[in-house]
Amino acid sequence: MTRFSKFTALFLLAAVPFLDLPDYYMHVLILILIWGFVYTGWSIMGRFGLVSLGHGAFLGIGGYTVGMLWNFYGITPWLGIPIALILATIVALIVGYPCFQFRIIGHYFALVTLALAEVVRLVIIGMRDYTGGSLGMTPQRYGEGMSVYAFQFVEKDYFYVIVLLSWVFGIWVWNLVDGSMARYSMEAISDDEDASASVGINVTREKLKITILSAWLTAFGGVLYGQYQMYLNPDTIAGISVSLQIVFASIVGGMYVALGPTVGAVITILLSESLRILVGVELAGLDGTIYGIMLILFIIFLPRGILGSGWAKPLEILRFPKDKPG
Amino acid sequence: MIFDIFLVEAIINGILFGGVLALLALGLNLVFGVVDVVWICYAELVMVGMYSIYWGNNHFGLPLVICVVIAIFAVALLGFLIHFLVIRPILGTPPINQLLVTGGLLFFMQSLATLLFTGDFRNLGLHLPVLELAEMYISFSRLIAFVTALLAMVALYMFLKRTYLGAAIRAISQDREVVVLMGVNPQRVYLVASALGGGLAGLGAALLILQYDVHPLIGISFGPITFMICVLGGLGNMIGGFIAAFVMSQLISLGGFFLETEWGYVIAFVFFIIMMFIRPQGLFGNRS
Repeated sequence: MTRFSKFTALFLLAAVPFLDLPDYYMHVLILILIWGFVYTGWSIMGRFGLVSLGHGAFLGIGGYTVGMLWNFYGITPWLGIPIALILATIVALIVGYPCFQFRIIGHYFALVTLALAEVVRLVIIGMRDYTGGSLGMTPQRYGEGMSVYAFQFVEKDYFYVIVLLSWVFGIWVWNLVDGSMARYSMEAISDDEDASASVGINVTREKLKITILSAWLTAFGGVLYGQYQMYLNPDTIAGISVSLQIVFASIVGGMYVALGPTVGAVITILLSESLRILVGVELAGLDGTIYGIMLILFIIFLPRGILGSGWAKPLEILRFPKDKPG
Repeated sequence: MIFDIFLVEAIINGILFGGVLALLALGLNLVFGVVDVVWICYAELVMVGMYSIYWGNNHFGLPLVICVVIAIFAVALLGFLIHFLVIRPILGTPPINQLLVTGGLLFFMQSLATLLFTGDFRNLGLHLPVLELAEMYISFSRLIAFVTALLAMVALYMFLKRTYLGAAIRAISQDREVVVLMGVNPQRVYLVASALGGGLAGLGAALLILQYDVHPLIGISFGPITFMICVLGGLGNMIGGFIAAFVMSQLISLGGFFLETEWGYVIAFVFFIIMMFIRPQGLFGNRS
């Protein structure tokens, strides 16, 4: 993808609010960008074989920290976001450090992170006096619901701009990692930990760096989701379901390519939304059924995802130049 | 008060719950130990079993016992098909792919259940008696589940110890390279183990439907705890998994007694995470 086409694409995306699209289309676009951002955040570590099934934990921490600080102490999300990121860092360190130190990899790592996601979900449910438990909670509306101070934008156009900026930032971070030394050490680590350690790579530190970065993006994605929907629910924002959703959409899109996770978000959201319009709500579960079959076929036949696979030549234009040597 | 009757009741219920968890973990462990694949969708197999019992009993009016037998065979067939159609093509790829592909199956089965049966909670409408023992209330269905789980475990143990196929299964979980030299066809053993694992999920379903309503998301409430029990006991180690099931069920039951059910699960999961750091090979595994 050339610099020119990149800027054209960005320009087109930035022009969307001026098109005066119906709210529903804006809603779908915002959802795609939020989830695209979250999936990108996950794939930053997922592409190096650190398959976390627990990113729902960070999503939940982000959304609930900001929402609860706002509801109970009136702390603006501008302060709440850094606090949420600090909390996400602490959780990533508590679980990540021992995991990496004790060489918990592969499906053991996946299962430990899965436990983490469930712990966060159950803690949210267990603290039902404060969080509303399974019923979820609603961040209190500030005035008319349009306020920079409260990070609430009832107008979809405004939220779109914020989400678009965040998404561009996410892609930028992805590319930054892609072109950094961290990528080379992480690739070495995912190939052979002992050999990488022997050439002087600090395995635990490199993995932690990537994990924390990924946790930050995901937690911020949780904040965006919460502030956009103005409703938080432990089952949709924490726990194993959403964690698996993150992993699978990234795989479908292709986690080894910058735009892959976003393509995953486009496919999954368009699939469920279009089926909902075409078939209606009576056939609830049809989207998931198709999606499940798609996932199985993808993992068997196209483990590198849509964008990551060689046959997807027509889509090649969406790929960023792979890497510059050195 | 030193001797609290409710505490004893919680402990007993924990033990009974542990029996069912042990049975579920046993099936998953069998598949893991033999095929070396974690079936993330294992609890969804249980859900399929529960729905087939519900459907057979409620829709076709078949006697419960026949429904149970049908469910066990149906889920065993499903386990066989999962291995044959989904796992076998990617056996040579990184293990995490095999774990993820069963995650795709999880979505598939969950959504298909929603599509076919909607999200409603359904039960058999059975009213099993509650036993009263020295002022403690113990559910009869839990007792049945516990006893059946124990019997099934003994039967599986005998199968593994006494039959040729059982010996092949044990051999393959010890060394999958050498076993080929001994004239065992691993592909066949994989299929048998997958079908057996499925059958155990079907039996688990029969025991769970006595106590719980079935709905498409029920797998989410049993899945994670089952994987954790397997890992805790040392993946592939059946005796370890058996003991770990009772440890976890006690944590849940006692946590639920002193706090609330969710906190019981939180304690169990945190215990799992910490144990993974201290003994990554599992409570009873040997470091390899």
